[in-house]
Amino acid sequence: MQLIKGGRIVEDGFARVADDAPVPDRLPVIVPAARFLAEADAFAAREAPTGVVWPNDRRVAELAPYLDRLALVGLVFPVFRDGRAFSQARLLRERHGFRGELRATGQVLRDQFLFMLRAGFDAFEVTKDADAAAFAQAARRYSVFYQPTGDGRVTARASRVGRPARDSLERDSLL
Amino acid sequence: MTSPLHQKIKVTGPVVVTANRLTDGAVIYRTASGQWTTELPGAAVVTTSDAAMALLTAARAEGVRVVDAYVAPVDLSHGKPRPGNLRERIRAAGPTIRLPAPEAANVHVCA
Amino acid sequence: MYVHDAFDRRLIAERVEEFRDQVRRRLSGELNEDEFKLLRLLNGVYLQLHAYMLRIGIPYGTLSSAQLRMLAHVARRYDRGYGHFTTRQNIQFHWIKLEDLPDAMADLARVGLHGIQTSGNSVRNVTTDQWAGVAPDEIEDPRVWAEVVRQHVTLHPEFTFMPRKFKIAVGTAAHDRAALRIHDLALRLHRNEAGEAGFEVMVGGGLGRTPFLAKTIKQFLPKHDVLSYVEAVLRTYNQFGRRDNAWKARIKILVHDLGAEAFGREVEQEWQSIKDGALALDDAAVAEIAARFRYPDYERLADDPVELKEARAGDRRFETWHRSAVARHRLPGYAIVTLSLKAEGETPGDATAAQMDAIADLADRYSSGEIRVGHEQNLALPHVRQQDLYPLWRALDAIGVATPNVGLVSDIIACPGLDYCSLANARSIPIAQDLSRRFRDGDLARDLGRLHINISGCINACGHHHVGHIGILGVEKNGEEYYQVTIGGRADEEAELGQLIGPAVPYGEVANVVEDIVAAYVELRERPGEIFIDTVKRIGIEPFKERVHATH
Repeated sequence: MQLIKGGRIVEDGFARVADDAPVPDRLPVIVPAARFLAEADAFAAREAPTGVVWPNDRRVAELAPYLDRLALVGLVFPVFRDGRAFSQARLLRERHGFRGELRATGQVLRDQFLFMLRAGFDAFEVTKDADAAAFAQAARRYSVFYQPTGDGRVTARASRVGRPARDSLERDSLL
Repeated sequence: MTSPLHQKIKVTGPVVVTANRLTDGAVIYRTASGQWTTELPGAAVVTTSDAAMALLTAARAEGVRVVDAYVAPVDLSHGKPRPGNLRERIRAAGPTIRLPAPEAANVHVCA
Repeated sequence: MYVHDAFDRRLIAERVEEFRDQVRRRLSGELNEDEFKLLRLLNGVYLQLHAYMLRIGIPYGTLSSAQLRMLAHVARRYDRGYGHFTTRQNIQFHWIKLEDLPDAMADLARVGLHGIQTSGNSVRNVTTDQWAGVAPDEIEDPRVWAEVVRQHVTLHPEFTFMPRKFKIAVGTAAHDRAALRIHDLALRLHRNEAGEAGFEVMVGGGLGRTPFLAKTIKQFLPKHDVLSYVEAVLRTYNQFGRRDNAWKARIKILVHDLGAEAFGREVEQEWQSIKDGALALDDAAVAEIAARFRYPDYERLADDPVELKEARAGDRRFETWHRSAVARHRLPGYAIVTLSLKAEGETPGDATAAQMDAIADLADRYSSGEIRVGHEQNLALPHVRQQDLYPLWRALDAIGVATPNVGLVSDIIACPGLDYCSLANARSIPIAQDLSRRFRDGDLARDLGRLHINISGCINACGHHHVGHIGILGVEKNGEEYYQVTIGGRADEEAELGQLIGPAVPYGEVANVVEDIVAAYVELRERPGEIFIDTVKRIGIEPFKERVHATH
């Protein structure tokens, strides 16, 4: 498995800590949701960054009170066709203003990278090495986007409205 | 006519292993020598669950060439294997309805 | 007609290249079938019994002649010379090769056609009234709103991997020709007491194993809020729809389990958070889309020109066809012409490449180059001058698309069934063909009046059997084809689900049962002119049950 962050393959600085394992003091860690919620104050008091893996069947609103203390939220794709985490990602970014690392975990396909970027993910745990190597290419697969998300990409409406419809129609093909 | 996805390997008569060819979707059958053929009479026919499972496992190992391999019944009452149910008859022989005749002139109109 | 701009074309071209790469990775083994299946379905590529099938969306049922010619070209070059128009304003090719698909898609892309989201757990082709823009009873052209929604949901990063497929329909006319209530989400434009137009939002309709009619969750949604509201519905469904069981994953189950009111409250809450954000539409945005729909330069004409009067009086066959196939246009002197793809003994919805080319030529000559595709699996020419109807009819008759049976008993809707489909339990097409021969007598069919027969080869209900006046569902019993028959269904503004009239019957009995039902109707109707569905509504299904039981 490879971790992609900032568009490149990087070393994972976070250690995964299980429910009952001791939490190392000075290392960035990622803990399961239940443990984080149970020991939220203790995690808040840590000096090192804390991340949480949030299950895809739990409302992210529950996490809102803690977001300013979280360095990372991991969202889960148990199989690549289960797209609940796309909604969670957008809510975390666009509604709850989460600015930390938003990491896609589980089954992540190359063909979904761009959707994930648009939903607000900026880190990806990729199972296939070839997919990780192809990240940059996959992220550039499309250059035009119809709908706005929180990613700031220019959308169809933004690029069309403002230019005179008449002019554009003359240049465009009538099908 | 049960969907192959829900099929359990319960063999009560002669069966073959069939699939679709990856490149064009054509119906193919597993042969005794571990190849594939588009002709049902060339298929390996087995009659026990173990033999069917072995044939199927080998077939499924070839994920790149074939899609959705499964066990299908055949009818041996006429000697050579024939499809054992309507679904398999249609897979082997094509739709039961008359299809439009191919156009006489082999002209490709490129728009 | 919608005019594509460079933006639309670029997106489709980039999609073709992406798919080409995915096919390459599948053929080289980089992708396994499980992974590839997810990706190919999102491009409308199925693996059927004999070959791959490519489904191409025809947004809001509007085709240009250039697009129809391209469909003919794809049929010839990559398939077996014909295509099948479906019940959702799509066309399917049933014999295509995986290796050829990227090239076929590149050809289609040249005229703006594609298979994006015609399958998979995504938002499917947004459908509407096939008479959009020309129907006399519409408030405004529904295609503008269908296109607004279509663009928004195309390659939507949040809603491409939902629990199940999601079908949206838009209607703006008094008479529902878009089967709104059988959709996951339906938007019906109507006017409130103040005379403003807004959408009634209905959710949770769908057929399949557990059929439901959509329930209204919002009576009046301002038009400019349509995208934020659609987004709120999709987001609610994406998060809370069931994913543990494919049979229970459609939004209809979520709406049913929560109750429409509770579901509506969830949506409302989500909507309040986003309605004033980036999705709020302004007049300029809507006008920009609306400006992309082109209408012919209509002439000022009067109804019933002398050419038409003379032809109707002088040619009985033409007069018969005219009564069946010609509908009122919103402008005087024009007509909407339905082309029946239901010739006797043929496959409902099929058209050959030669027919497609000929229809494209006729559209250029008589209908400003425009063709429509309806959920009844017929085509239409939407802008025909009444004075041209006679020569048009002769040309349509010559290519076999002027059977005067539109809306009648032999205008049968049928899915491909077990002759093609890997999901089917039984055949649909031969049943339809048999029925079309039984009811070949046009005088009888016209006496029976409007009567919709819908046939599905499995419970997935692509033939919309639940909403057929007479519905026929293929099932399998001990390896044999059996068929359940329902009556009383309808898909229009008075939508109902049909009810079973008895136990399933074997293949060879279906046409007899339908004949018995029709005979019972003739006996039971109050007067000639009371159509079948009204008789069933008036007296219920019991009298029909008795009649059918007595003979089978």
